[in-house]
Amino acid sequence: MVIYGVYIVSKSGGLIFNHDHNVPRIENERTFNFPLDLKLNYENKKIVVSFGQKDGINVGHVLTAVNGGPVVGRELENGRDVFEFLEQAENFPISLRFSRARMTTNEKIFLASMFYPLFAIASQLSPEPRCSGIEILEADTFRLHCYQTLTGIKFIVVAEPTQSGIEILLKRVYELYADYALKNPFYSLEMPIRCELFETNLQNLLENVEKSGTSNV
Amino acid sequence: KKQMAHSTTQSPIEKATLYVLSSEAKLMYGMLFSIKSFVSKISPLDPKEGFLYYKTSKYTLHYLETPSGLKFVLNTDNVTQNARELLQQLYREVYLEYVVKNPLCQLNEPIQSELFKLKVDELFKKSPLFLSRSI
Repeated sequence: MVIYGVYIVSKSGGLIFNHDHNVPRIENERTFNFPLDLKLNYENKKIVVSFGQKDGINVGHVLTAVNGGPVVGRELENGRDVFEFLEQAENFPISLRFSRARMTTNEKIFLASMFYPLFAIASQLSPEPRCSGIEILEADTFRLHCYQTLTGIKFIVVAEPTQSGIEILLKRVYELYADYALKNPFYSLEMPIRCELFETNLQNLLENVEKSGTSNV
Repeated sequence: KKQMAHSTTQSPIEKATLYVLSSEAKLMYGMLFSIKSFVSKISPLDPKEGFLYYKTSKYTLHYLETPSGLKFVLNTDNVTQNARELLQQLYREVYLEYVVKNPLCQLNEPIQSELFKLKVDELFKKSPLFLSRSI
């Protein structure tokens, strides 16, 4: 029973709230000999594994540290270029740390606005008339549940595929939103939610659901 | 009651084929392409197969992508199970047999073989999901 995260998207497609609940940290540190048996590429200001996955280091993982020192962009702490450093045989053996890239806030906002057209097209492509948008989207690693309220706000929960009773959880999150965000006099609609009460209550709710299911929420 | 509403096969799309496809197919291709990148970014763990299906209030869209980039899409109602197996069967037993092994069928072009259409129809009509509906 794992819930990975909760997102709330406003009527116009902007991300107004997100909460990472239980995102597993995937990190691997290995010692490598010359020549390196991974193909690394520089994209989106990160050094990414593009070929040669092994020992838990997968394609798409980002290089975070060389010999314990953090990597910033494509440079080491002392300003040296990582790719040049990795080409010189005298620097080996070398210890490299890789981790799965975590989403930055900007990426989350980007993804939330990307879900909006997907949701709309899914209802447009329907073989039957008067169809809703995406309610459940499943991949092999997670299941995304989306609940759209009558006012057009979307509540999205990303959880393990085996987790049941998310529909009830979504309704409860909606209740919390109505109670703690909308009744907050300092909150204006369509703006990001910054209400402490809402966050703490949501946190408690998610923990309860993870521990004992949705039977008593 | 017709249950299998729609099934398409698409090879990596080139301009020429794109021209032929209906606007709905283009829209669907664009949506699936975006879903793929959406899923790979939002996934908390390393995805292997990636996107499997999505469900709305009226229908479910099942998706299968082969390592060669071929995409199979099947729309069904919401109670259907194992549609993915059916898609795999479609790929293995119909597409490979009657398109790839047919020298007259050019890959990357719309499939025009009547035999293929017949076999697709046959496969769906004898599948348990279709039978359980029509009774």
